[in-house]
Amino acid sequence: MIGKKDLEHIGWLARIELSDEDKEKYTPKLNSVLDYFSELDKAETEGVEPTYHVLPMSNVFREDVPTASLSQEEALSNAPKNQHGFIKAPRMM
Amino acid sequence: MATINELRERIHADSSEEIVAEYLEKIEKSKLNAFITVSKESALLQAREIDSKGHEGPLAGIPIAIKDNISTKGIQTTCASKILTGYVPPYDAHVIEKLKAAGAIIIGKTNMDEFAMGSSTETSFYGPTLNPWDTKRVPGGSSGGSAAAVAGGEAPVSLGSDTGGSVRCPASFCGVVGLKPTYGVISRYGLISYANSLEQIGPFGSCVRDVATIFDVIAGHDPRDSTSVNREANYSSALKNDVKGMKIGIPQEYFGEGTDKNVERSVRDAINTLEGLGATTIDIKMPNTKYALSAYYVIAMSEASSNLARFDGMRYGLRTEDSDWHTTFSQVRAAGFGDEVKRRILLGTYALSAGYHDKYYLKALKIRTLIKQDFERAFADVDVLIAPTMPYPAFKIGEKIDDPISLFLSDVDTVPVNLAGVPSISVPCGFTNGLPIGMQIIGKHFDEASILRAAFAFEENTDFHTRQPEGS
Amino acid sequence: MYENPDGVMIGLEVHVQLNKLKTKVFCGCSTDYHNDPPNSHVCPVCLGLPGSLPVINRKAVEAAIKIGLALNCKVEEHTQFYRKNYYYPDLPKGFQITQYDFPISSGGYITIEGEDGELKVGITRAHMEEDPGRLVHEGTIDKSKYTLIDYNRSGMALIEIVSDPDMRSPKEARRYLDKLRNIVEYLDIFDGDLEGALRVDANISIMGGQRAEIKNISSHKGAERALLFEIVRQKNVLRRGGVVVQETRHFDEAREITISMRSKEEAHDYRYFPEPDLVPLKISGWAPAIKATLPELPDARRMRFVEQYGITDDHAKALTSELKLAIFYEDVAKKADPKMAAVWVCDVLKGELNYRDLTVDAFKKENMQKIIELLASKKITEDGAVDIIRTLLDKGGSPDEIVKEKGLLKVEGDIVATAAEEAIKENQQAVADFRAGKEKALNSLVGAVMKKTKGRADARTAREMLLEKLG
Repeated sequence: MIGKKDLEHIGWLARIELSDEDKEKYTPKLNSVLDYFSELDKAETEGVEPTYHVLPMSNVFREDVPTASLSQEEALSNAPKNQHGFIKAPRMM
Repeated sequence: MATINELRERIHADSSEEIVAEYLEKIEKSKLNAFITVSKESALLQAREIDSKGHEGPLAGIPIAIKDNISTKGIQTTCASKILTGYVPPYDAHVIEKLKAAGAIIIGKTNMDEFAMGSSTETSFYGPTLNPWDTKRVPGGSSGGSAAAVAGGEAPVSLGSDTGGSVRCPASFCGVVGLKPTYGVISRYGLISYANSLEQIGPFGSCVRDVATIFDVIAGHDPRDSTSVNREANYSSALKNDVKGMKIGIPQEYFGEGTDKNVERSVRDAINTLEGLGATTIDIKMPNTKYALSAYYVIAMSEASSNLARFDGMRYGLRTEDSDWHTTFSQVRAAGFGDEVKRRILLGTYALSAGYHDKYYLKALKIRTLIKQDFERAFADVDVLIAPTMPYPAFKIGEKIDDPISLFLSDVDTVPVNLAGVPSISVPCGFTNGLPIGMQIIGKHFDEASILRAAFAFEENTDFHTRQPEGS
Repeated sequence: MYENPDGVMIGLEVHVQLNKLKTKVFCGCSTDYHNDPPNSHVCPVCLGLPGSLPVINRKAVEAAIKIGLALNCKVEEHTQFYRKNYYYPDLPKGFQITQYDFPISSGGYITIEGEDGELKVGITRAHMEEDPGRLVHEGTIDKSKYTLIDYNRSGMALIEIVSDPDMRSPKEARRYLDKLRNIVEYLDIFDGDLEGALRVDANISIMGGQRAEIKNISSHKGAERALLFEIVRQKNVLRRGGVVVQETRHFDEAREITISMRSKEEAHDYRYFPEPDLVPLKISGWAPAIKATLPELPDARRMRFVEQYGITDDHAKALTSELKLAIFYEDVAKKADPKMAAVWVCDVLKGELNYRDLTVDAFKKENMQKIIELLASKKITEDGAVDIIRTLLDKGGSPDEIVKEKGLLKVEGDIVATAAEEAIKENQQAVADFRAGKEKALNSLVGAVMKKTKGRADARTAREMLLEKLG
């Protein structure tokens, strides 16, 4: 079960600001899902390998040959803020 | 609802421009809210071009609607989220390139659950899509707009994406045909990821042939997707009205508690119909099915928590007022994502976090192995599996939205297919209280031919697919 | 035996950018962006646009294997990519594609000259990852009002080489970096002169305490400075009775100090998981073929130089410490006396180049061959040779022209003899002093001979002649 403190930590890890109201609202729902997930514990998986990729593929490459890039204009076309060809982000600290 | 063949004749006799204009008018007048963006100008322009060039290509002049999580160059692509409102991709998804090359005309982008997270199309920032059969009910999801558009006659064919049933569920609820191909058969390049190890783009149509036609156009190897497989196939040629000797498995677990009696009866009747056409049936046990839902949601949410980390308001999308970087990031996402998306990101973050990774994420992937083995064992004995697509028909808008577990439970029959990466097609197989029922035909990896053939034979011998909702 | 009085333990994480590849690691964008405007070498993949997917550059994998083999690592049978989830504006996807479990190579070592002789530094692993973009801060990172992002660098192939914490002093760390750079330069996959080609994070602890991770080190000298500062800082913390905390610190190159980056983001939880969009690699089978094409590495070349050319180990070491220099030397030695070439390249040319902040590219091998030929045939003096080298670097021309212009041809023996006789006649006091046992008086006589011959006499010959005549 997760409490308010856990939720704050997860919210920070996920970078989603949560209001007090959100925390109230989400906690029981998240816990009901986690409770449902406890079903997983019942499965016997001793010695079972995890499946990361459903098809047994390996060694897929591209050759080291340049392809067209976007123009600077295209690259910046969706950026809410930019300056002198750079994308503008908030201050770091 | 017109088929591609019918439209081809009309395009030949009249013009693509006229056909496209008719569909655009239909969309404009519709109350279904199946579309987020209608690309009227570019569609008409494209149609005129095709008309002037003489209708070359297998889909020349045929309008198609595209789920709004598939990137379309120059057309807003939002994933039905506030955070991507106004985002105009500078590139086309692989499937869009293929469709354009075949002469198809993109008429618009369809509504969906936000970032494909849902089974009802109710979590869209742009409001719910309504089911054409009963506008108080959901069309299913997450590709609800694409299915409703076809059922409502607003597009002859459309594309959706299926992460845990997002093509098959709305196909079932809206009474149309929807295909989820084998993982890797259609390039995901340009599909905005929800859970990349599970999802595939898939076509909708009013009949199996139309679905196969679109599938033929969009399937095939793409070097830009490392998980794209390299195999040649002609799926339309698999459409034979012949299931003699086909072995059908009936997985017992898919008819379990919670399955509507009328749904079960319709699907069993459908299996009988195929038996009558010469197929044989056996009961199959898939004992790990009961773990599939939990495993599916853990994997999907974990991957989603990472896939959606790029939405920070810097390069595209919503930007709130600047503070320091980390705070701005958190506020952009608080303002831009809806509740369901936030909850899934939070749960996925939790499932991958230190101390919980093995308990949730790793465990779910081990269960994925067990489920895959269930399918491998089943397909050692049978050619296809047949089961209900959804345990019940379309539910009412608002009925399940506040109870995440009950919403998850509606995916019980669709998610194992995504965990195993096998193909499945949903076809209409009955009605209950005026609402369509879908059955899914599941095949082995890369054996789309068998499921298309079974679906086609069933369709040729029944008329469920020809019924239309009022006003479509 | 080196005592290591402060119990210093240093481990380095070095990021080598594979900037000699034509394209980035997961997309086809060209790597040739250094002189181009920001955000002009980007595509949906390296810009992290929704829906884009990575595909691995085959040549980057080959280069990673080369590095692994050159560092004596084992190339793993099964390798795969992971997502490292963290957030920074230079990271367009909100995660970095890197390796975690199953790196491409691990368990190697290199040898460096340690505080007390040869030191074997363990290589924990060398793995592949993608480079983030470049951030520009107005002023310093902690004071800047906003951050500007250029994603041209985003998606460049990096090899992260993680060492064991085997180094015990900043000097050893610097030598490790020099050696590592030297090795990768030999592999011809990296141009160390390009901006951002090699970046270093340093982990350092003292007295068995917690370690600090120092980021943003961009030069070998910077690494040494940052570590020296950090040792002093940590010692001061301990002296005041404090505890060194595990944290990330930012190196401010201009002020030569490290700044704490401590904030909430310090609660790192990278939530690694395998990248679903990339399939695993099974490429250990490539290793033998790649090994066969591996060039001769610095240590091997050093030993060969000693053996083949009969030069001293110190000279061989200096010559092989830079690939270009080693190649230059061998080219010169093809047509000139190898021992003389070693002396003149190491002891003279290298110093003159360093003084002018030039590389050996600035000097033609033919000119070096000519100078050594003139020296060997005693046509010029050593002073004359130095003069030619300096003139070539400062003004250009050819050795023959310079010899002619400056009249550097060594004068004949009889002219020296005449000059010696004259010097003896004209410096009777010095002659008397010398005869009285003041050996130093001979120097002023040699000086007089040199003056008369305008420096073209060989000083040793002049001395011998004077002694003979005074005999």
